[in-house]
Amino acid sequence: MVTRRDFIKAGLLTVAGMAIPISALEMFKPEAMASLVRSFSEKKRWAFVVDTNKCVGCGMCAKACKLENEIPFDADVQRTWVERYIQLKDGDVVIDSPKGARLGFTSNDPYGHEIKDEEITKEFFVPKLCNQCEKPSCVQVCPAGATYKTEDGVSLVDRSWCIGCGYCITNCPYYARFFNPVTNTADKCTFCYHRITKGKNTACIDACAFGVRKIGYINDPKSEVFKIISTQRVAVLKPEYGNEPHVFYLGLDHIVR
Amino acid sequence: MDEHTLAHGAYWTVKEMFTYPNEYIYWGIHIVIYPYITGLVAGAFVLSSLYHVFGKDELKPVAKFSLVFSLALLIMAPVPLLFHLTQPFRSINITMTPHFYSAISAFTFIYMTYMAIVLSEIWFVFRPFIIKQAQERSGLMGLFYKVLTLGSYDVSEKALHLDEKIVKILATAGIPAASILHGYVGFIFGSVKTVPLWKTPLMPFIFLMSAVISGIAICIVTYIAGMAFKKHFICFVPIKSMCKVLSYFLAIAFLLEGIDIVFHAYTAEEFWGIMSELLFKRFAFKMIVIQWICGMILPFILLTLPRLTMLRGFIAGSLVLMGVFTMRWDVVIGGQSMSRSFAGFLDFHLPVFSSNIEIFKEGLFPAIFLLSAPFFLLYIFNKVLPVFKDIFTEQECAEAEDRLSQRLF
Ligand code: SF4
Ligand code: SF4
Repeated sequence: MVTRRDFIKAGLLTVAGMAIPISALEMFKPEAMASLVRSFSEKKRWAFVVDTNKCVGCGMCAKACKLENEIPFDADVQRTWVERYIQLKDGDVVIDSPKGARLGFTSNDPYGHEIKDEEITKEFFVPKLCNQCEKPSCVQVCPAGATYKTEDGVSLVDRSWCIGCGYCITNCPYYARFFNPVTNTADKCTFCYHRITKGKNTACIDACAFGVRKIGYINDPKSEVFKIISTQRVAVLKPEYGNEPHVFYLGLDHIVR
Repeated sequence: MDEHTLAHGAYWTVKEMFTYPNEYIYWGIHIVIYPYITGLVAGAFVLSSLYHVFGKDELKPVAKFSLVFSLALLIMAPVPLLFHLTQPFRSINITMTPHFYSAISAFTFIYMTYMAIVLSEIWFVFRPFIIKQAQERSGLMGLFYKVLTLGSYDVSEKALHLDEKIVKILATAGIPAASILHGYVGFIFGSVKTVPLWKTPLMPFIFLMSAVISGIAICIVTYIAGMAFKKHFICFVPIKSMCKVLSYFLAIAFLLEGIDIVFHAYTAEEFWGIMSELLFKRFAFKMIVIQWICGMILPFILLTLPRLTMLRGFIAGSLVLMGVFTMRWDVVIGGQSMSRSFAGFLDFHLPVFSSNIEIFKEGLFPAIFLLSAPFFLLYIFNKVLPVFKDIFTEQECAEAEDRLSQRLF
């Protein structure tokens, strides 16, 4: 007869016995092993670098993106946009991005109110775009599977399959998504997938005269993006959402939203 | 403006201070109505189950009514979603490539299961009536009832007894199904991690409780109105019982919503600054005055004061309905009113007239249509099935009153 004591003992042994091979599996996973040697796996994965120290807010990137990706120029939606941050001496922060800055910033007048130079402590520009998250919440919630992530880390929308519920738009912490006014489906930055997969740069990178933006494989030691991310102090936007964004910023400030 | 230069949402969204350029209120009036109607379904069904499952005899006169009403509401529940989609004709895509990580994709499956339960319960409940009609009537209506019998004409004692058992099982199975249907609507919101007002594990329960109160309230109001309209004698016993159940659930619902806000205030995360401005300034009237004071506290007082009257029940029910609708509005629109940048606000202006179909579709008139359609359906169902027939006569009413006064609970 099996006593209760024996039974519990046997049960515990079984569980423990099973735990060992399972944890071993975890250890011998190629990625897990690779991460012990170097911090990035072999898998090709696109990433973006934005150097906010260099951005002058001319908005050429936003304009080029609109033209390249055929988003109606006058519609107030953007695949990439530039935000302006002005910190005043009294501690207030003024943020604006008129029309996504596709016409740039030409004077010190957010929302039509002139701000005098002597009131300002610091002022800078932050270009934004889809962060091509490793764990994209937009892909997670799409009920139709119209939003998907490619092998090389870019999230795309199948325009012929999207039903237009807007769940993905609401669930992107960065509000990188919008409804395309022409196709009436969800739309967003694709890292110019049609260009980068052919070895070209994105339209915004080509349009930027100040070298603010860079794209490349995060795991290719030869790429500039890899060099910057692995040697300099970079930050990402809103890491607390757990999306693991893959747009890395140089010179990010705590007032950036 | 050329229609392609107007971004979706730009027409009805007004922005203040810093919001992201792509940020609009994308979930408008239909996403307010969708949980509202789904909630009514759940509430009405739970009410009918109180009779079928828990043997609350005094609810017999409203059991059939609330069951059929829940079907009318259920049919209309997904329609607001269709109105909301920018590509409504593709809605079938959800079932063709089901993506189970997504809360919305589960809707179709939960909905279908629940629909099957409600339809079969109605069929079993009305089977004797349908058979009788099929045998007595001729012509088109006769044929209609013949089809409805599905070829089963057995009305023997044994068969009817079996029917009753099946109804009980279906009604029992329907309660968790109704709870899942609505709790999961709460989950759709609760799982949107970017909206602090929605993101709480309490959301499914908050939605469920408000569903139950709104469902019972609409049954009280519609039943009284329908009976008065038909000039039937209205027995107060079932109404009193409904009012009692309503007051219990009101207390729970209020507690849950209260806990949620107190918790946000106490933990005071990064977004609390903007959220408190929303709750106590921008939405103060809607939320504190209409939703809580007029929609919960006042009806609770009306229902629990001694010597409840029919009129007081009716008013309390109407107030609860208004309160829950405001709650849906405050959650859906209020949640999106705080910019995800936590540095600005968005304001929603319901479109009324517009020559642009995209905009008109999201406006006032389709909303009115959606909210009144269930009543229209109930009217039609009542023509085919005796929804209001099972009522107590004055004598039965007095007997029921007697029975009730001897019972403790
Ligand atoms: S930034 Fe937003 S849209 Fe882009 S992948 Fe992440 S969640 Fe999706
Ligand atoms: S809007 Fe389109 S892509 Fe976005 S979640 Fe809905 S179906 Fe998916």
